[in-house]
Amino acid sequence: MDLGQINPLLLLASLMVAATPILLAAIGEAVVEKSGVLNLGVEGMMITGAVVGFAIGVNTGSPAVGFVAAAAAGAALSMLFGVLVLYLMSNQVATGLGLTLFGLGLSSLIGKPYEGMKAPSMAKWDIPVLGDIPVLGPILFRHDPMVYVSLIIVAVTWYVLTRTRAGLILRGVGENHDAAHALGYKVVRVRLLAIAFGGACAGLGGAYVSLVRVPQWVEGMTAGAGWIALAIVVFASWRPWRVLLGAYLFGGITVLQLNLQAAGAAIPVEILAMSPYVVTILVLVVISLRGNHGAPGSLGRIFHATH
Amino acid sequence: MRAVKTLLASVAVAAGLSGAAVAQDATKVGFIFVGPIGDGGWTYEHNQARLAVEEEFGDQVETIYQESVPEGADAERAITQMALAGADLIFTTSFGYMDATVAVAEKFPDIKFEHATGYKTAPNLSVYSARFYEGRAVQGHIAGKMTKSNIVGYIASFPIPEVIRGINSAYIHAKKVNPDVQFKIIWAYTWFDPAKEADAAKALIEQGADVILQHTDSTAPQAAAQEAGNIITFGQASDMSEYAPMPRVSSIIDNWAPYYIARTKAVMDGTWESTSTWDGIGAGMVGIGEITDAVPADVKAEAEALRDALGSGEYHAFTGPLNKQDGSAWLAEGETADDGTLAGMDFYVEGIEGEIPSS
Repeated sequence: MDLGQINPLLLLASLMVAATPILLAAIGEAVVEKSGVLNLGVEGMMITGAVVGFAIGVNTGSPAVGFVAAAAAGAALSMLFGVLVLYLMSNQVATGLGLTLFGLGLSSLIGKPYEGMKAPSMAKWDIPVLGDIPVLGPILFRHDPMVYVSLIIVAVTWYVLTRTRAGLILRGVGENHDAAHALGYKVVRVRLLAIAFGGACAGLGGAYVSLVRVPQWVEGMTAGAGWIALAIVVFASWRPWRVLLGAYLFGGITVLQLNLQAAGAAIPVEILAMSPYVVTILVLVVISLRGNHGAPGSLGRIFHATH
Repeated sequence: MRAVKTLLASVAVAAGLSGAAVAQDATKVGFIFVGPIGDGGWTYEHNQARLAVEEEFGDQVETIYQESVPEGADAERAITQMALAGADLIFTTSFGYMDATVAVAEKFPDIKFEHATGYKTAPNLSVYSARFYEGRAVQGHIAGKMTKSNIVGYIASFPIPEVIRGINSAYIHAKKVNPDVQFKIIWAYTWFDPAKEADAAKALIEQGADVILQHTDSTAPQAAAQEAGNIITFGQASDMSEYAPMPRVSSIIDNWAPYYIARTKAVMDGTWESTSTWDGIGAGMVGIGEITDAVPADVKAEAEALRDALGSGEYHAFTGPLNKQDGSAWLAEGETADDGTLAGMDFYVEGIEGEIPSS
């Protein structure tokens, strides 16, 4: 074993890349759940974002346009979910699962002509001056723009949720929709917007997989990242910065275990391979033991204005 | 289902119809796939072979398939469902379906089953596989000659004999032409997860590998290698020629079509028997994709000579002297490995570092 072969700088840099898709999807879902809606369709919205982002990226030659289209596609798909659960009062769990299945099928249909094609490459931002700082430079300042976009989204989400009136209303709707309704807030409208935001973020996360991380279109390529994102929301107790922590922890362990294997670490491979999931479960257990989970009060409950 | 068919057939005869056209319904062939048919690798090739069966027999055959069936308990349900749907012949195309296929075959003695890459047979269950390790030998040769860092990265899937054979074969032939070569192996524990495969390829490249061999099914490692630049790869299961001439410099192509056609024909003719088939380059089940110009002409010529020698049977990929990883003798000078040992291979050959995870 020679752990010296693992370059910690490259490891940290690839950690950020590996974590970005789940980070994007999880921050979106955190907002949706904060508004009191449980959308289990994250995987379906991600994969749809992945295929639409890839298709538009290939056709226009611009990954940036691809990302915008992916966000729009994710949001559009989430509106299907929104109408079903908010206006037709369908069961959120069943509808969310249905959305995942629908997204997986839809994406293979759209993706058929794009199999085996290559994505337009996305230039990395080699930020001048900052990128040249020893140690920190390569880790923090030489990524593709989406890594920074994801961090900005987390920061903005945190600010809006905790420091603005709009965030207060959204949290109020999520904690007790009857009270919010009685105060005159438009519960359905707030939730619809939150769901659209969640869909757009999931779409971006999916497109990050197909345009940057892999980068190509392969059927079923998100391979469960949407479910990990859902777990990370709980892991984070619905708090934006903890979502970031959770996603980077998960991404970090995923990348680290591959590096340890390649370096021939004397740890059984089975343990390394399961480590990201074990750590996630362990942290969930620790959080549960502390009692206060921070789940929004109206999470998953159906709202009807006349009740 | 069967009762209904019989009933319909007798009704048809009773009605005085010219029985033949009505009673002779198409032979139904089912396929269970481990990944999506668009994976660009393993499942893609099995599906191409399915299409070849349709092409060959036209209206006489009807094919059905199910994609992305997980290996494990759920596989049994999927296979049973296919049997109940009236399939006459079912191909289960991944190692992990072995026990499920055995269990379902026992319940449906009149249906023929074919399991890929396994070793358990029954009167109505055949096994078939390809000698991919012959292709790995050619890859190992090119890898050993081409590597500058002397580090070859290998993305392995599950610790099963088929994968271990591939690693050993590639290593033996890389070592033969480059005594300093070192293999870094990552067990991905998946056949298909593009993001994970890409991460594994990146981790190997970051640790100095300039050749990436993969035993997983997607083209993601090819894309990762292309992005990193100056890395060579090999197409796995399918040609993956969209990544030629660099990084993909050659490939192993699985060609299942002749086998699937022959077995379907056997079911139609009523001559189907339980068999164990293990064909290689010689029989055309394993193809070596075009070696691109990124490989120097002399290396290309050597690789092609090796391919032909393996194909003609003049050379065996596991020819002694060879020791096991622990240094104990395995094959003496000139001795070749028997199929039994190869089929159950659970050890590395001497020189490979690391341990095989217990499966």
